[in-house]
Formats: sequence, C-alpha cells, structure tokens
Amino acid sequence: MNKKEPLVRVMKRETIAGWKSWLFRAASIALALIVIAVFVFAIIGISPLNVYTLMWEGAFGNSIYFNDTLFFTAKLLCIAVALAPAFKMRFWNIGAEGQVLAGALATSLIMVYCSSLPAPLLYILMFVSAIVLSAIWGLIPAIFKAKWNVNETLFTLMMNYVAIQIVNYFYNKWRGAASALGKLNKGTKAGYLPTIFGSKEALMLLVVGVLTILMYLYLNKTKQGYEIAVVGESVNTAKYAGMDVKKVVVRTMLISGAVCGVCGFMTVAGQDHSISSASAGGYGFTSIIVAWLAKFNTMVMVLIALFVVFLEKGTNHITDAFAGFDDSASKIVIGIMLFFVIGCEFFINYKLSFFRFRKGEK
Amino acid sequence: MANLIAWIIRAVVFGTVVLYGSIGETITEKAGHLNLGTPGIMCIGGAFGFVGAYAYENSVSDPNAALCILIALSLGFISAMIAGLIYAFLTVSLLVNQNVVGLTMTIFGVGIGKFFGSYVIPEGAVSTKASFANSVFSAKLPFLSDLGFIGQTVFSYGFMMYLALIIAISVHIFMQKTRTGLNLRAIGENPATADAAGINVTKYKYLAIAIGSGITGLGGVYYILDYNSATWATAAGNAIESLAWLSVALVIFVRWNTAKAIWGSYLFGLCYWAYAFIPSILGISVNTDIAEILPYIVTIIVLIVGNIRSRKGHQGPAYLGMSYYREER
Amino acid sequence: MGQKEAIQMKNITKRFGSTIANHNVDFEVREGEILSLLGENGSGKTTLMNMLSGIYYPDEGEIFVKGQKVLIRSPHDAFELGIGMIHQHFKLVDVFTAAENVVLGLKHKKTRKEINDSIETICKKYGFDINPNQKVYDMSVAQKQTLEIIKVLYRGADFLILDEPTAVLTPQETDKLFAVLNNMRKDGKSMIIITHKLHEVLSISDRVTILRRGEFIGTVPTTEATEQSLTEMMVGKKVELNIERPEPENSKERLIIEHLSYINEEGVKVLDDINFTAKSGEILGIAGISGCGQKELLESIAGLLHPEHGSSITYINPDKEDHISLLHMNPRRIRQMGVSMSFVPEDRLGMGLVGSMGMIGNMLLQNYAESNSFLKMKKQAKIKAVKVKDKLDVVTPGINTPVRKLSGGNVQKVLVGRELGSNPTVLMTAYAVRGLDIHTSHTIYHLLNKQKKKGTAVIFVGEDLDVLMALSDRIMVMCGGRMNGILDARTTTKEEVGLRMTKIQEDGGADHE
Repeated sequence: MNKKEPLVRVMKRETIAGWKSWLFRAASIALALIVIAVFVFAIIGISPLNVYTLMWEGAFGNSIYFNDTLFFTAKLLCIAVALAPAFKMRFWNIGAEGQVLAGALATSLIMVYCSSLPAPLLYILMFVSAIVLSAIWGLIPAIFKAKWNVNETLFTLMMNYVAIQIVNYFYNKWRGAASALGKLNKGTKAGYLPTIFGSKEALMLLVVGVLTILMYLYLNKTKQGYEIAVVGESVNTAKYAGMDVKKVVVRTMLISGAVCGVCGFMTVAGQDHSISSASAGGYGFTSIIVAWLAKFNTMVMVLIALFVVFLEKGTNHITDAFAGFDDSASKIVIGIMLFFVIGCEFFINYKLSFFRFRKGEK
Repeated sequence: MANLIAWIIRAVVFGTVVLYGSIGETITEKAGHLNLGTPGIMCIGGAFGFVGAYAYENSVSDPNAALCILIALSLGFISAMIAGLIYAFLTVSLLVNQNVVGLTMTIFGVGIGKFFGSYVIPEGAVSTKASFANSVFSAKLPFLSDLGFIGQTVFSYGFMMYLALIIAISVHIFMQKTRTGLNLRAIGENPATADAAGINVTKYKYLAIAIGSGITGLGGVYYILDYNSATWATAAGNAIESLAWLSVALVIFVRWNTAKAIWGSYLFGLCYWAYAFIPSILGISVNTDIAEILPYIVTIIVLIVGNIRSRKGHQGPAYLGMSYYREER
Repeated sequence: MGQKEAIQMKNITKRFGSTIANHNVDFEVREGEILSLLGENGSGKTTLMNMLSGIYYPDEGEIFVKGQKVLIRSPHDAFELGIGMIHQHFKLVDVFTAAENVVLGLKHKKTRKEINDSIETICKKYGFDINPNQKVYDMSVAQKQTLEIIKVLYRGADFLILDEPTAVLTPQETDKLFAVLNNMRKDGKSMIIITHKLHEVLSISDRVTILRRGEFIGTVPTTEATEQSLTEMMVGKKVELNIERPEPENSKERLIIEHLSYINEEGVKVLDDINFTAKSGEILGIAGISGCGQKELLESIAGLLHPEHGSSITYINPDKEDHISLLHMNPRRIRQMGVSMSFVPEDRLGMGLVGSMGMIGNMLLQNYAESNSFLKMKKQAKIKAVKVKDKLDVVTPGINTPVRKLSGGNVQKVLVGRELGSNPTVLMTAYAVRGLDIHTSHTIYHLLNKQKKKGTAVIFVGEDLDVLMALSDRIMVMCGGRMNGILDARTTTKEEVGLRMTKIQEDGGADHE
C-alpha cells in the first residue's frame, strides 16, 4: 500500500508549564513584530529596524504622545473591563461600541440641554444619565436573550448601528451649517471635567484603574461573580443549583452596559468635549479580543490594552508622516498582531507530533 | 410611479450587495463556521477589485471590457478568498474561537481594504474614480431596460446583479439536490458523523470558507464598481462594513436559504431606502439619519419574531460556531 | 467457516496526554466469527476499536487486514478496507432521512430509487425493517441502531464493530439484534462486540478478548469461559459480584407523587400521569428504555421543570411529619423551605458540576446562596471538599484542579460525595454508575445502601436490569412517559421488567403490592 503515514498529528495537551505558555506567546508576538516590520517596510520603505524606534516615539516619545497613549489605553481597558462579566457568562456582547456611544450621547445631551445647571449637579446628571442609557442599551438584548433566547451576537451588533444613527442625527443637528461639530459648550465649558494633577487624562486613569480592580474582585470574590462563572459554564448546572439564570443574565448585562457608559461619559466630558459616531473609535470591537485574550482577567487586560494602543499610536505616527493614510494602517498592524497571538493559543492547548522524527520507529 | 420605480431600483442595487455577502456567509455557516469577518472580507474584495480595474484602465490606452471584468472579478474573488483562508486556517486547523478570529478579520480586513483602496487616491484628493470600469459594470441591457415598469425594475441593472441571482439559485440547488451539498450540510449539522461517514471534514470546511469568502468579496466589487459608480473614497470601507453586517443578519432572517435571501435582501433594500421615497410619496418629511435606522430595527424585529416563532428545528446548523477536533474525548 | 485471521493489531499503543489508553495491545479477529471485546469501563476497548475505524491514529504499532499491513488514517480508509463501526453514540445526522444518512460521504452516483432499492435488499437479507424516507429525529433508539448497521452494510463492510450495542436495548430487542448478528455470521462476516456484560458474551460470541487498564490480558474460546473466570480476567482479582440488599426498616412515606404530567417545549407529553411513593429506608428503582421520561421525572421533582396543573409532588418532613408541596418551586425555594433532597443528575459535568472549577468551587454550588454575605464563602466549601476527597478517595492532583480533568469515576465521586454530604431525606440518582468500572460502581451501590440504612428514601434510575433487580426493593417500570407497573424486585423476573419497558400492560398504573 502506497499510503503514507500522516506527517503531523495534533494531540491535546493536558497541562502546560506556565513558563512554556508564556514562551509561546512571546514567540508569537516576536513573529508578529517581524511580519509587521516587513509590512511597514514594504509599503513605506522604512528600514525594519527603524520601524519600532519610530513606533516607540509615536507612542511614548513626548508627554503629549505619552498622555494620549495612556488615555486610549484606559479607554480600551475600560471597555474590555465592561465586557469581562458578559463574556465570562458566554454572552457575546458585540455591542460595546453602541453602548459606549449611548453613554457618550447621554452625556452630550445633558451638556447641551442642561448646561445652566450648577456644576456639581450637572456632572452628576451627566454621569448618571450616561450610565443609565448605556445600561439600557445592554439591557434590551439581554432581556430578549433571557426571555426568548434571541441570539445576542446579532442583536447587540444591530444595536451598534441604531446608536450610530442616533448620534449622527444629533451630530448633524448640532453641527448646523458648519462642516464639523466642534466642541460642545465652547464658551461656557459647562460639563468639562476638571483636570487633576494638571492633566486631563489623570482622572480617566484613576477611574478606570479603580474599575479594573473592582471588576476583578467582583468576578472572583463575590457570589454574583460565582453565578456568572457557573452560568457561563453551563446553564443547566446553574438551574440545578437554583440560580435564576434570567436574572443573572439581565443583571450582568446591566453592569456591562453601565461600565461602557462610564467610558462614554469620560470620553465626552473628560477628553473630547464633543461627540461623533466615531467617539467609541472601533474600540468596542478591539476590546472584545482584549477581553478574550486575557481570559476575562481584568488585570491581564491592562497589559494587553497597553500593547494594542502602543501598536495603534505607533503605526499612526509612522503613517502620519506620509499623507493620505488614515487609521487603516494601524488596523492592519493590530490585525496581524492579534492573528498571531490568538493563533498561538492553539500551540498552548495542543501539541504537534511529527511522525518522521518519532523515537522507536525505524 | 416614478418614485416607486426609483425606490425599487435603489432597493435592488442595495440588496445585491447584501445578497452576495449573505450567500457567502450561508455557505460558510453550512460548514459550521460563523464568520464575523465578513465585513473585512467584503472590504478586501471591494478594494482589490477596484484597484485592479483602476490600474488596468490607467495602464492601457484602449481598455477592453471583458478584460476589465475579468481582472476586477478575479482580483476581488481571490483576495477575499485569501482572507477567508486565513480565517479558515485559524478556525479549522488551529481550532481558535470563531467569533474572535472573525472580529479580528473584520478589523484587519477593513484596514487592508481601506489602505490599499486609498493607495491609488491621488495626493490631495479624497476620492478617485475608475470611469471605464464604471461604464462596464453599470451597463444596462439595451431595449429591455426601457420597457416601462417591468423593464426599468427588472432589466435596468449592471450584470453583477443578475450574476448574484444565478449564484443564489445555484447555491440553493447545490445544497438541496447534490451529494456534495448533502455532505457539506452534514458537516455543519454534526462534523463527527460526517467524519465517520468518510467525508474529509477539513477539506470541505476549507473549501466552503474559501468559496464563501470569495463570493462575499464579489459583493465588495459590486458595491464599488456599480453601486458606488466605481468611486473609491475613504468612507467606502465603512459603508461596506455596515452592509456586510446586514448580510450576516440576512442569513438568519432567511433561515440559511440562499434562494429566499434574494427577496430578503431586496426587502432590506426597500427598508434602507424608504426614507428617500416614502416621505415624498406620503408628503411628509423624515430625518435621514433617523430613517436609516430602519433596516437595523427590522433586522432586530425579524431576529426576535423568528426566534419566538420557530422554537423547534430551524435554528441553523446544529454545530454552528463550534470547532471540530477528531480525537476529542 | 474459515479460521483465517481477518484483522490483526500488533503492539498497539495510544496515549492521550499523560494517560495511556492502550499499551502494547495485540488483538486479532478471524473470518466469520463473533468476537467479544470485554473489559471494564475505561479499559481502552473503544479506543482500540476507534483505531480500526479511523477515528484515532495509533501512536505505535501495526495493523494487518487479511495479512496485508495497512494504515488507517481516517474513517474513509477504514471503509475501503471493509471495516465499519457502529458507535455507542450514534453517528447520524438528525435532520436527514435514513437514506440520506446511508449515502452520506459516498461518491457513487445512484438515484434515490436505486438507493432505496439497495437498502431494501439489505433489509430483506438480514431481516431489518426501516423506512428510507423517515427522518432520524423521528426514530426510536432501536431504529437508529438498525440504521447504523444498514449504513455499514451498505458500504460493503465485512468487519463490523459494535460498541456496547445492547446498552440501550430491552432484553427483547437484544434477542432480535443477536438473531441478526447470527445471520451475518452465517454470511461470512466478522463481528467485534464491545461489551462489559458477561452473559451476553457467553450467549453470542465465539471467542472473548479481555482488556484491563489498556493492556491485553488474553483471548479465550467462549466454550471454555464462565462468568467467574471472565470477571477475574477483567478485574484482575476475585470480586464479590453480589450486591447487598438489606431489608427496609421502619419505612415511612417521604415523597408522594400523584398525577404527575409534563409537556415539554416541543409540545410532547413526556410524563403522563405518574403516581408513586418513595419511602424511607428503601430503594425505589426506576427502569425503562432511556428517554422514556426518567430524566423529566427527576427534574420535575427537583424543581427544574414545571409539570402540568393537577400534578402533585408532596414531601413529608421527617421531623414534624408535615406535608410540603414542591410543585412549581425552583431548587432554591425548595431548599429554603427546609426540604432535604439531593439529586445526582445523569449529566454530571453538564448539570451536576461545573467542569472548569475545582472541588472547592463545586462544593460551593450546593449552598453558596445560604449566607447573607455578598462575598462567596470559600472556607466552608474547602472543608467540605477535603472531607469528600478523604472519605471517598477521590483521586485528584488537588482540590483546585478542574473536575473536568478527573477520570469519570472520580467526577462521579465528587458529585455523589457533595450530594450525600447534606444527609438528604430523599436522594434521587440518575444512571449513577454509567461509565464507571466495577470497583467504583460497587462503591456507589455501597454508599446508596448506607443511605438506605440511615433512613433515606432513595430513588435509583438505572439501565442495567441486573443491577436494578439486585439493588432495589421495588421497581417502577416506565414506558413512553407512562408508568407501567411497580414490581417487587425480590420476586419479579427480568423478562417481566423487559416486557413492561416496551409494552403498556393493561394494569399499567396499578401498584403490585
């Protein structure tokens, strides 16, 4: 018989040493960095060695860049933290983009229509309405999922576009005849969050830092966190243990949406002082992968978010120098990196064996 | 009447983009793979199809229509297929979570599409046009397209609209009537059973994903070269992205049936363009931004109604979204 | 009848991670014989056969078919060699018809008519009865098995491997299957039957090959074997096959079920007017073909399903002897009312336990909600986990190791240990020993008897009639969602129970006491 033995076989690993799995991840990142350097070299002609120097410069090169990177890391992290409980429950919330926008919109609405309120009251109203609207955005698909088991993946996705269109409506309304909507409340600066430690970004870092820790504790130390883990593993087990699965789903999505609302609030009131359909900036999608890669551990998300934002800001810095490019190059770079890193999970979970080199065979 | 005709035409053109995407996604899902990378893949197909046509007509003095079509379609199909193969490698061979890979593909593909599409935009401009390709792709049938209501609503489209119909119906027949289609459906229903029956699950999955992605890519080509009058602007990527998401939703709407996807996609088109025509027909005014929510709301309603109505059975391939590893214990 | 070797496996080794499923196994089957592959659960029988059918690929060793060395890399290769396997969990596509399942994956171009004709020919030849246009989801278990056999024969298989073919059949259906197998033997086909039931081995096979813990122990002609000798080869030591059955003492009613009916989501009445009483200090066995409402019965009592109005589930508290209705309560409410009831479900990792959590996390499942604290109480759960581990000898690397990684027997010990830990008044178990080896099974029987002696009302849903008849005091037989008599386990016969599993008797609802 002229059939050959299979060359490569895949076997499931039972366990893998911690250092080994990190070695795999490091190798995949290194490989991705090489591919990225080659890609950048191919399109722009920058020597691969210079690519990362330039990227570093773009992300951390001066205090403006540095603050920017920190802010966007906090933003990405905030959404990933918001998604953590939903994904741990195996609820595919692809609607973070819309939930952040809902929060941003609520904040803007209050800023515009209630700007004469005294500052503390205005802040509270902005914050609360952002959280409430975002939570509602998360709640709607959750209720349908809980009650009729409606597929949440597409539902949350469609809710993104509903949010985008509503934001567009107000954007165009407030813009009037101008070509773009500038800062809201330009004159009064009503509703602009105060700077602390002389930095616009510091408050965001603080808020997101606290949220990250709180979410970690919530998921790992509380009974509600335990319920989320059980529901995520098996709905039948949860019911068997007497959990009210519907309640858990709805409650968890309320929390997930609310944290997205914080992100929307901080983005509008703390940073942009304006709104557009790009206020979430695609982070609603990127954060899903950040959350998944971190296996829903919010502490690990810090590192991953920082790394992704570094790639984004670094690439933008390189392509900015060459006119005509928007953020597309950074999307490619992030895409390449994520492909390698998620592909690497395979080598952590499975082992390849090459028959030719097997011992004990002639 | 003129309004109604215009509305139907807009709806069909819009629907055709969604139809391509949903045929591609259906083939992929029949193999048990939910591809959330469809927007990225469609974007890649559109960009490369456009770049190919653009480069061709700018490099020869007397461009040939057939060659223009060949270049645009094959570049669009193949580039999208390659993107699909990346997805297939990660999800079929490396068994990574399909949603995660899909979403990454969307980020990556929209980036690639916009980047290379924009590559050809002259410095200082915001868009560029492939005029010859536009004339080829939007050429209508002579005579027939002028024949009153029927002529205008049925025969006044570029050839790719009819191509989509042919593909949709062929795929439907393939799925229902052929042995290969049976094998493919078996994989989505129960890969272990298909494997034990001697079907090469991996090969089928790769092929289904590659071909499905290629067809999705054609949707991008159609969008740019016909719908968008062969004009590439940076916003085109975003537009393709939102249309592609609708095509993923359409698959569920029509319950994995590509023949039904035809009218489903046109219905989406009617919803989307309702804002431009309903107000003038009824004599009221509606805000464009708000009106454009309609297809998304319709999708949501369909999702809910469909789910509540058919609790038993038709929830799509039973193993949709799950990886298959033969030696799983 | 030839005595030539049809298939030989030499020095086969197969590992899964660090566990060795098969170690240097030699195996052969001859032409025109029925060979039993005997071994305990987990002894590597199915793994070995999966290497013949192309599902697994051996790490080491060689396979010969009719003297030729072969490589079987996929099920497709196996078909080409004439090897077909009927898996224990049927490999059928539910939404396809019988005929579609038969031709699945085949390349020939036959019309529907030709296919149906070929199926008919096979049916006639061996005495099957099947409708080619029937959808699989409308079929009974026995029909599905028939379809699997036809599927293999249609592909022209000369070697058939049947994995635990009788596990889901009634004694009557088993007889029918064996008659078919005898027909096929006369036709010159070789058959391998994977089983752990000794009397079947003795009644049907020509020879027996025994595996123990992944190793080849020996092959003996059936004529020279006895139940005792086979058991010793299978288990490796003399074992007491008898299951103890203490007399019930001081029996009092603990659970009264009246007119229990349940209609599932698809609108099918899966429970129809069930009436019985579970008493303290006795084991009530429930027999029936799987899927006849046993699962729904226990889940209804446990508060996981909502029975129809008019049903009644009453629990009698041993302290005050007061009656509590459990109808339409969820498990948490039931617990809050002071009802002490434990439930060992059929789906251990999908319902009873959380696979990704360790023993501690799984102990928490039972009463994590009882404290008023917002935080989860890990300390008590840890104490409990250690207790269960020591008491039941759970083999695990640590109490935080995900239970999914434990062997089947240890998973069940964790589940049973947790449920018994609360000293229940009523204990319900569904297929408590499925997939466990003899030793662990006897541990479980022993634990149940211990509960019985303590005065617990035990409900034992089982599939092995021998076990049911040896362990229970009374046996309720279920058939198609209805109760078909409650029999005295000490006096009834296996045939009687088997008959009642398939055919509603006129005295169906009556209690035989």
